[in-house]
Amino acid sequence: MAIPANVETTFLLGRLNFQAIPKDPIVWVTFVGVVIGGLAMLYLLNKYKLWGYLWNEWFTSIDHKKIGIMYMVLGLIMFVRGFADAVMMRAQQAIAFNGSEGYLNAHHYDQIFTAHGVIMIFFVAMPFVTGLMNYLVPLQIGARDVSFPFLNNFSFWMTVGGAIIVMASLFVGEFAQTGWLAFPPLSGIAYSPYVGVDYYIWGLQVAGVGTTLSGINLMVTILKMRAPGMTMMKMPVFTWTAFCTNILIVASFPILTMTLILLTLDRYIGTNFFTNDLGGNPMMYINLIWIWGHPEVYILILPLFGVFSEITSTFSGKRLFGYTSMVYATICITVLSYLVWLHHFFTMGSGASVNSFFGITTMIISIPTGAKIFNWLFTMYHGRVRYDLPMMWVIAFMLTFVIGGMTGVLLAVPPADFVLHNSLFLIAHFHNVIIGGVLFGLFAAINFWWPKAFGFKLNVFWGKVSFWCWVIGFWVAFMPLYILGLMGVTRRMRVFDDPSLQIWFIIAAFGAFLIACGIGAMFVQFGISIWKRNEPEYRDETGDPWNARTLEWATSSPPPSYNFAFTPVIHGLDAWTDMKAAGAQRPKADYIPIHMPRYTGSGVIIAALCTVFGMAMIWYIWWLAIVSFIAIVAYSIYHTFNYDRDYYVTAEEVRAVEDARDRQLAQGA
Amino acid sequence: MSTATQLQAPADYWETEPHHHPEGASTNIGFWVYLMSDCLMFAVLFATYGVLHGNFAAGPGPKDLFDLELIALNTAMLLFSSITYGFAMIAAYKGRKQATLRWLGVTLFFGLCFLAIELYEFHHLIHVGAGPQRSAFLSAFFTLVGTHGLHVTFGSIWLVTLMVQVSKYGLHQANMRRLMCLSLFWHFLDLIWIGVFTFVYLMGMI
Repeated sequence: MAIPANVETTFLLGRLNFQAIPKDPIVWVTFVGVVIGGLAMLYLLNKYKLWGYLWNEWFTSIDHKKIGIMYMVLGLIMFVRGFADAVMMRAQQAIAFNGSEGYLNAHHYDQIFTAHGVIMIFFVAMPFVTGLMNYLVPLQIGARDVSFPFLNNFSFWMTVGGAIIVMASLFVGEFAQTGWLAFPPLSGIAYSPYVGVDYYIWGLQVAGVGTTLSGINLMVTILKMRAPGMTMMKMPVFTWTAFCTNILIVASFPILTMTLILLTLDRYIGTNFFTNDLGGNPMMYINLIWIWGHPEVYILILPLFGVFSEITSTFSGKRLFGYTSMVYATICITVLSYLVWLHHFFTMGSGASVNSFFGITTMIISIPTGAKIFNWLFTMYHGRVRYDLPMMWVIAFMLTFVIGGMTGVLLAVPPADFVLHNSLFLIAHFHNVIIGGVLFGLFAAINFWWPKAFGFKLNVFWGKVSFWCWVIGFWVAFMPLYILGLMGVTRRMRVFDDPSLQIWFIIAAFGAFLIACGIGAMFVQFGISIWKRNEPEYRDETGDPWNARTLEWATSSPPPSYNFAFTPVIHGLDAWTDMKAAGAQRPKADYIPIHMPRYTGSGVIIAALCTVFGMAMIWYIWWLAIVSFIAIVAYSIYHTFNYDRDYYVTAEEVRAVEDARDRQLAQGA
Repeated sequence: MSTATQLQAPADYWETEPHHHPEGASTNIGFWVYLMSDCLMFAVLFATYGVLHGNFAAGPGPKDLFDLELIALNTAMLLFSSITYGFAMIAAYKGRKQATLRWLGVTLFFGLCFLAIELYEFHHLIHVGAGPQRSAFLSAFFTLVGTHGLHVTFGSIWLVTLMVQVSKYGLHQANMRRLMCLSLFWHFLDLIWIGVFTFVYLMGMI
């Protein structure tokens, strides 16, 4: 449709010209909305002179807590975009019957389902998970920051750079129409000649660098920065799951990077890795991308398993049941996640033995996962369960996720998969585990740790409204897809011939509407809570509003920049519960200067240059690509000449902060 | 658990003495982990080469193209550069700045020789019509060997940067740490090259 077949390229702008502006009225309305919103934001930032504040206190910050919060904000913004895509798909499928073409043309619709998947996985779920780990891991292990604080800031801005590239595709050019993993030969230059797939590639590459580096960083942090006494088997469960997640990141994202590089070479210089001719092998791409793709699923869910563990044990008022088995289950899942990738394409035709092997390994994963579910149930058993918002989300997770897990085991049976492959049943399955597991877990985590990050609790009423809209909305939206999938409806369809199917799509669209209400209620919840943050029932003076068990609750809410004035010493699991039981007071002795890393703008600058490089490559603006690449190398070298990277918080400053904390605690008591 | 808890005096829960993390203590393991992630990128390339190495598309194969004597010379250059980097590290540990710089210079020379020979080989192959576009085998070959070459290129840029930094600021702790990291990187590239030499060149000639 709107693909210019042979775009003329100019030296100055490459293949960027007026044809690149989409002619779709829907995109135009969105664009006008974004411009008005953006201008309003710029105006407000200028009016309240917030630029300096944002730059000095946030953008250049290498405080793991602020970076964690920025990751969460990025995830939330991209979540709104990804969800808008979802609503558009549901609306299209609900009306495109009886000869109607719906309201989206094929070119636009194909971009939407691709963008929805890419954004939800790479720019919603990943920032959320990375943000949580960034915020919590150093606090939980009693450290003052991560091992490589500058790298942490850089990683975040690379993720932002990737997000910017993907978002730019909405208004300039097009996005890929290939589905979220861009399988060749469709994603090759022969069938996707314009910029869509290039946006996809460079968006993911820029963000992927950030993800890999942040994985290395957090992994080393957990290995090297634990407080004295915290052996591996005394680490909080969330830290354990974060550790395994980061191992998975380090061991899988390089594969994605290299696979995309090979695809890039095919598209840019005409190699024949995945082409149909001259010896290329498209199936190899599908193998490689899923060798990354399956561990990625566990990268997303494992930290949330940690979240559920912390919340269940806190709100049951008990130690976690089966800590050791929980740890080993996590390790098992980490290893097994590398041995199942082929179940994504049983239909490739590898033969019965290969398919059986991967079918069985897939089913085996449900054993450690099942063990986890039982551990949570036994933790609740005989506990004094408090049904606060985080715990409500955990229960919703358990009920929802178990169903999703079972349909997953069903799909792991190769003969069944031959029927259900690429059907809406699969779509319903993975939304069941990703929404029911990852998103519900994130909402649990946000409700649980919000008071720690900001010093006030979230509104309960709107939290419950959001909860019920989400949970009911999820089932209404995805149950019909299970049914449609069993009837043989495949994914990514734009129009339908059989009118008897329409009712299910209308029900699913209504479910999406309910979820929209849930998202709206969540933003109302945030708004009201921020508005009323100084009222007594919202304030958290104690630093431990839930009577929780791990170290992050041993410091104030929000924690001081250095986290702990004195390094905690750990004697067992649930370090903070131990301290409370022993009546351990914060020492008020002589405060000591604290060694901290210095803020720097280098991360923002290098990531910005990488983003420019990506855009230049997408549009074939070769001179700009060369210039920005040289600039990246040059600036990185320049950065290494700065040896002055840390400073000391003086004992007096520490004393001032800690004295204020004493007064706060006295007030609360 | 509870008995253990009661045995602890409250003061034992906080470390009131300065808690010293030696500077850069995490860098070594962090760089190791980075190298392992880099190793995985090469693993993908080796696997790709393994799958595609027979797909000549009626074009030339390894026996038509590879010149083992040239590659042996090339391998020698890289191995020499590894030894001389080792000498540089020995000198650095002894605190001999000038010797360190000299050995780093020799390393750089061998590294550049390696790159020059590789570029000559690539130029020759493309000249005879065996460029990366010719067949899947050649795509995989150029990408595997070329990625290694790019690593050596960046290693050389890093080496020059470090030489400037060492000569300007001396062999202090931060620079020693950087020398150590580049040392790991340089030897790692050597190791990868052994793999390339064995699996691509030697086995290609069988």
